[in-house]
Amino acid sequence: MTSAPTKSSTLSQRVVDAKERLDAHTREIVAWHFDPKTGCPFWLDYAKTLGWDPRDKIHGYDDLDLFPPFEDEWLRGGPVRRWIPKAYDGRPVYTFETGGSTGVPKSRINIEDFRIDYELFSETLSDDAFPKGADWLMLGPSGPRRLRLAVEHLCQHRGGICFTVDMDPRWVVKLVKSGRMNLMHEYKNHVIDQGLTLLKAHDNIQCLFTTPKLLESLCEKVSIRRQGIKGVFCGGTQLTAQFHRFAKEELLEGAVDFVPTYGNTLMGLACHKPFDPADNYSVIYYPPNPRASTEVVDPEDSKRVVEYGEVGRARLTTLTKEFFMPRFLERDEGVRHPPCEAYPWDGIGDVRPFSGFATPIVEGVY
Amino acid sequence: MVHIPILRAGKPYESIEKVEIVHHATGDPVAAVSQANSGMLSRDIGRMDDTVLERFTVGELIEVCKKAAILFTAATLPVGDESQSFDDYITQLSATTGMPITYCRHNASKIQRAMGEVDIILRGLTRGFDLSILDVGHGSHAGGHLSFSRVGRIFGAVLPSNSPGVHSLWIPTVALKTPIVLKPGREEPWSPLRIIESLCAAGMPREAFGFYPTDHAGAAELLRCVDRAMLFGGGATTRPWQDDPHVEIHGPGYSKVLLGDDCADNWEQHVDMMVASISANGGRSCINASAIWTPRHGRKIAEAIAQQMAKVTALPADDPDAALAAFANPAVAESISASIDHGLRSEGAVDLTQKLRGSPRTATIGRCSYLLPTLIHCADRDHVLANREFLFPYASVVECDCATMPAAIGSSLVVSAITNDQAFIDALMTSPHVDRLNIGAIPTFRISWDQPHEGNLFEHLYRQRAFQIEPAA
Repeated sequence: MTSAPTKSSTLSQRVVDAKERLDAHTREIVAWHFDPKTGCPFWLDYAKTLGWDPRDKIHGYDDLDLFPPFEDEWLRGGPVRRWIPKAYDGRPVYTFETGGSTGVPKSRINIEDFRIDYELFSETLSDDAFPKGADWLMLGPSGPRRLRLAVEHLCQHRGGICFTVDMDPRWVVKLVKSGRMNLMHEYKNHVIDQGLTLLKAHDNIQCLFTTPKLLESLCEKVSIRRQGIKGVFCGGTQLTAQFHRFAKEELLEGAVDFVPTYGNTLMGLACHKPFDPADNYSVIYYPPNPRASTEVVDPEDSKRVVEYGEVGRARLTTLTKEFFMPRFLERDEGVRHPPCEAYPWDGIGDVRPFSGFATPIVEGVY
Repeated sequence: MVHIPILRAGKPYESIEKVEIVHHATGDPVAAVSQANSGMLSRDIGRMDDTVLERFTVGELIEVCKKAAILFTAATLPVGDESQSFDDYITQLSATTGMPITYCRHNASKIQRAMGEVDIILRGLTRGFDLSILDVGHGSHAGGHLSFSRVGRIFGAVLPSNSPGVHSLWIPTVALKTPIVLKPGREEPWSPLRIIESLCAAGMPREAFGFYPTDHAGAAELLRCVDRAMLFGGGATTRPWQDDPHVEIHGPGYSKVLLGDDCADNWEQHVDMMVASISANGGRSCINASAIWTPRHGRKIAEAIAQQMAKVTALPADDPDAALAAFANPAVAESISASIDHGLRSEGAVDLTQKLRGSPRTATIGRCSYLLPTLIHCADRDHVLANREFLFPYASVVECDCATMPAAIGSSLVVSAITNDQAFIDALMTSPHVDRLNIGAIPTFRISWDQPHEGNLFEHLYRQRAFQIEPAA
């Protein structure tokens, strides 16, 4: 991503370099968000309640622990303009939503972030599997979601045209929660049928974004390899090692590239560690440092990062000029992984819904 | 540690995701069970050859089942890459379910009989027509012409862990030419896998079998994708499928023993039968009685039953006198016991067994918990504890006049009515609440193969059609 690995340096040296870059980036972002000339009303107001100036105290990434955990409730409801940095006054603003099956969804403003994130992600895609100039099918959540526009931008960035369908995951969650599974399957088939129609009608569709469940359903009806798909970018819900193997070996017949990703509207997009048989299909994600960071922390003490190989709760930090989100405890848990050649910083693997919630999360449904 | 694979069209498959099942008493791992992702189920079921058993006659399939019955208890059969003798099977079954060894053997013999006597079961299911009619598609019977088509192209079952004897219910499916897909109970993969392996060793094609340990989502996918299914489980599990005619529900039984007006004064003669109905097989089956209804003497009957039930103690599973299954997870036993205690707070119910024992309902041996037999006397048939069913020997005793009883008992899988009163019998015969009716002092758990209950498997799998034939000119 932003720190393209240089083969000449050792991994341990690049880990040190990446941390220094993250510290410098943190200082830059904190200076930006807490400067009245550039920052947004929310953080400028918040700073008044702290009793200290973040620009003085935050010297590096680790100092972000001085902030209490970011509360997602702050993102529910308005005024949404309190999140717009003053430096971006007058720019066209998007608002993307997450959650919202019941109650007020979380909103995050966006100006260019989704484009930047997906252009960086584009650099990790293979040109063989995701050919430049190929068209895409976006078979996933639509409406107020960042993913819908982001995938279309990714496709356009690579010279393609993106075909889309309507898909409302909030309706799916409602159907599942109320036990109306037949209706849920009917809706899923409705989405799949629209996707199939597009696939069959447009020969240049060679790339696909979809979710694990929709990929399964699509492949029940058709061989997407024979339909001309060369690469599948998959995300949106939990993706297990067994599903990863099943998708590569069977759904995609060992012939179509499979790129799992982890992300959300608040953080952006984490990339999957390049496939390595030694990982036994574990899906290990690396965040787009320094723009965002993912850590695995002790659920009982969210400031303590667990040891490598241990399970903990995912803690996200977003550090862009559009959005500052320090220490947000995500609804997921996973295993902490060490830096790897492609990404010289910590990763998180085997991500699944956080088991510490009293009420299980309804997910994995679309 | 044994690895239990998924069987995909009979072929073993090792999943990346495995669930470890442990010995109930020691906590030591016994097996790693490969877990299927739900997409695998829909993909495989869609690709199964539903005609794979059509090349056999029903008569041939019956013979295969009979041979499999012998192999089930005599042969060394594969479990993944390892071999399993019958004794290994019993030991493993007891280890992960907590069920006493003696009950495991008893249930295994029930499974063996279901395979060995599958012809008798089929006669009961089909009411005796010549089974070669299913080979030809039509034929003469009792002066008429019969024709059937198989609508259950692929049959699926979501199985429980509580009592291996229930497997006898789905075994006839393969003799009726229908390939099967099974989702075993979490702690009890042993019996369905051994049944499949014994059938294959006896000559069934492996492609006729799918075996998919999986989670709730996988179970739901199985039920959605097969043509006909059986679902075992409690109310919360079965409720979403209650109105789906493709799914035959085997939920709580709420089985009962009823005393008629004419026999109620002779209740002392029937105490042993009532205790056995409540307690057989560790009280874990839906055909165990969970209530005794009588027009009078309720308290005396309850005390007499409680006297016997209170004598039962918790013993290790390998003790030949063990009569209770262990709960490997003490929290489950505690939760059940707490639920009963909560009910006792409503006036009008008393736990007579606990009074007699003078000790709590839960007992502990090592790391496992046991629920000791519990008999509740309820002054009112509408008390919250009067119509409950739990996974251990539990029953209530309530009084109700016989004129009201047939309508008041509510849904009851088995009713054993001790009476000679024809009017009472007639009322029970017409009661929509009673699935299996025994007239006389017949223990609720005694079943006969030719009397199917909870739906007729043949009618679930086959549809009778109108048919005429005339030689073409």
